[in-house]
Amino acid sequence: MGDAVTPALALKDVTKSFGPIEVLHGIDFDLHPGEVHALIGENGAGKSTMMKILGGFLEPTSGQVLLDGAPAPFRSGPEAEARGVVVIHQEFNLAQDLSVSQNIWLGREMGRFFLDHKAMRHATQALLDQLECRVSPDARVHDLPVSDRQMVEIAKALSRNARVLIMDEPSAVLTSHEVQVLFRQIERLRAAGVALLYTSHRLEEVNHLADRITVLRDGAVVRRALRGELTEDCMATAMVGRDLKDIYPPRRSDFGPVVLEVADFAVPPLVEGIGFSLRRGEVLGISGLVGSGRTELAEGLVGLRPHTGTLRRNGAPVTLRSLSDAEDHGLAYLTEDRKERGLLLDKSLRENLTLSTLKRFGSPFLSREAEEAALGKAIQDFDIRAPKRDMAVGNLSGGNQQKLLLAKTMLPEPQIVIIDEPTRGIDIGTKSQIYHFIDRLAREGLSVIVISSDMPEILGLSDRILVMRQGRVAGVLEGAAITETAVVRLVMGTSESEKASENA
Amino acid sequence: MRNLSLSTLGPLAALILLIVLGASLNDNFLSAANITNVLARSAFIGMIAVGMTFVITSGGLDLSVGSMAAFVAGMVILAMNALQPQLGVGLPLALIGIGTALAVGLLAGLANGLLVTRVGIEPFIVTLGTMGIFRSLVTWLADGGTLSLDFAMREYIGPIYYGGIFGISWPIITFALVVVIGEIAMRHTRFGRYAEAIGSNDKVARYSAVRVERIRLMTYVFLGLLVGLATILYVPRLGSASGSTGLLWELEAIAAVIIGGTALKGGFGRVWGTVVGVLILSLIGNILNLANLVSPYLNGAIQGVIIVLAVVLQRKKTSAEGR
Ligand SMILES: Nc1ncnc2c1ncn2[C@@H]1O[C@H](COP(=O)(O)OP(=O)(O)OP(=O)(O)O)[C@@H](O)[C@H]1O
Ligand SMILES: [Mg+2]
Repeated sequence: MGDAVTPALALKDVTKSFGPIEVLHGIDFDLHPGEVHALIGENGAGKSTMMKILGGFLEPTSGQVLLDGAPAPFRSGPEAEARGVVVIHQEFNLAQDLSVSQNIWLGREMGRFFLDHKAMRHATQALLDQLECRVSPDARVHDLPVSDRQMVEIAKALSRNARVLIMDEPSAVLTSHEVQVLFRQIERLRAAGVALLYTSHRLEEVNHLADRITVLRDGAVVRRALRGELTEDCMATAMVGRDLKDIYPPRRSDFGPVVLEVADFAVPPLVEGIGFSLRRGEVLGISGLVGSGRTELAEGLVGLRPHTGTLRRNGAPVTLRSLSDAEDHGLAYLTEDRKERGLLLDKSLRENLTLSTLKRFGSPFLSREAEEAALGKAIQDFDIRAPKRDMAVGNLSGGNQQKLLLAKTMLPEPQIVIIDEPTRGIDIGTKSQIYHFIDRLAREGLSVIVISSDMPEILGLSDRILVMRQGRVAGVLEGAAITETAVVRLVMGTSESEKASENA
Repeated sequence: MRNLSLSTLGPLAALILLIVLGASLNDNFLSAANITNVLARSAFIGMIAVGMTFVITSGGLDLSVGSMAAFVAGMVILAMNALQPQLGVGLPLALIGIGTALAVGLLAGLANGLLVTRVGIEPFIVTLGTMGIFRSLVTWLADGGTLSLDFAMREYIGPIYYGGIFGISWPIITFALVVVIGEIAMRHTRFGRYAEAIGSNDKVARYSAVRVERIRLMTYVFLGLLVGLATILYVPRLGSASGSTGLLWELEAIAAVIIGGTALKGGFGRVWGTVVGVLILSLIGNILNLANLVSPYLNGAIQGVIIVLAVVLQRKKTSAEGR
């Protein structure tokens, strides 16, 4: 791919600064029609910033954006969109209170004088069918789980007939089946000559999809490669700048007594008849499809949803009516929905970190110094990279937000922690850090429940795996019985597993 | 702090500008009498506006405070008039009045708060309803006319408004105390932090083990108490209450909060900003009265311009910070 082809979209010597801090340094980059170009890099490397510049949502501080070889100073996202450059953002850009259909056609409503609701609903249905997404066009976005919101976001982008489609971690919140569907769409668009830019922290996806790879580190391009030139390990090394070994810690073996016993637990309307126990120092993985009730179960356990059944803590029955009850009994919960439930995006790191443990920071008057000290420690322990300490959390890179959320969850020093999707949107180096962190805590006596849609993660991290299907326990795997096929079989249900492997 | 931007300093600069303008237009402007006058008149709205700051910061709104003040005043006068034959004019009766004001204010705030948090009705609608209810109740109690405090008792409690120590009148001292407590509560206690968190995103607050409903309820109760307190200082001034007492106070209080830089959608509150807002609003009226530049009838128009301007400045700030 030399100079013969004019790139559909290119950057020439682009830098970007936020205030005094330069986050992109002299980037040269091009994107050709009919290729899938993967952009990879650590959290905070500048991927999203670069994509926003390409899509017209940010202006470069210096340098140029070229569309078909000609300077194209987009002044806004919609302006770029009008010229065929469409972005799927890492953070959702949907109007929460509008329906799926209204969101997809927002700004381009059909109908001359009156809105043609029927046509829009019809077109939405067609788009969703194409994505094998079973959401109703009339559902409110607000009521959808994150994975469905992501599918709506993708449907919206597909409806725009883009020439250049920029996708910022579209797969981070999707399950493997949905990822497959997304890949088929990407391949269809590539064949149709669309220029595609893709980023993901799942390197196997990059390996599978990308025709070309650009690696960013600390705001500069450090590597460019063609398909097949880089193994996943090489990609990781290029991203992080050092060798990565032993991503997953070794399994633990000696566990203490049972600290949590759950029997006949139900979270209406979906989750029923759940029973399991958790030992001291154990990591219990919960696997299952999206919609299998994993999050509902977790939220029921910590008192965030109405539930029935018995819960024994160290052998004694307890009732947890609210999250603060749960905290009093040493339970903590990390939500999967970082932006809507986890963090206050317009507040500082400090205010976010201490929100759920504010009682410890002084009563009646809060001690700013104690809070700052806790933040300092969290930044160190969790390797949170924030250009400025007093910045709004919404301006942190996605992965650093996740690290902050983890720090916030661990601040009350719980004995049992339930982590819903621990490494969503986190780079491979940090992932490994987090796995070792969880391992260290488990060895110190913490009990962990990990809910994850990431198969390698659940396999690599868990001492036992509980698989859920349609709100019930489909099975529990332990020790040598933990294999990918065994988990997949339980996740899908035996009869469906063959069908699934055919599709794959 | 990086926040020392135009939007933070804007209201303060506007206030200083007004003071300079006032001083240059009229020699009496900076006289002790005028300053006391302005501050004392600001005190009622000011105390209410401090409470309103918390309600708005946590994502709520209270339209009923003006009517509530009238209702509280009416109840205070009725209670004192009814008990005067037994207790006679004196401290016990005054204390009854004070107790009545605080109790009625608290209950009224509690009613608003419970309707918002327990029944789950929009604050705008709840307080639009109670605004009508309180106002109509006081009109009914006064039988369409005016409820007047017995003259002797009025004389007795007069010093609450007109008296003071070290030459500073009680309303001003109380207002200053409320401001200090409010500022500390907002900046340095869990209550303030939680209020901001709830206004910023109540789901996140709930997932952080914050008792969202309780904090919301507390903001309305706190506001109700402050309305009661403001009324205690207000009743001695005129000694009467009618259907038109406290008219439009709610709008003035909300305007002061917004001018001061608190976000109307919640999530960010600034008590000292509210004080600046209150002072700006009352200085405009004062200057128009002292100087014969513009008709005082245009007071409302000028205040309106200021409010819109304040929001425009806020908007600038948020769009500069967001991408
Ligand atoms: N509006 C902003 N103001 C200040 N700093 C910002 C802003 N937006 C991004 N940054 C900083 O720019 C850097 C690059 O962020 P960016 O979101 O592009 O990272 P990323 O590569 O997408 O990371 P991730 O994998 O975590 O999503 C980060 O250090 C981030 O904190
Ligand atoms: Mg990003």
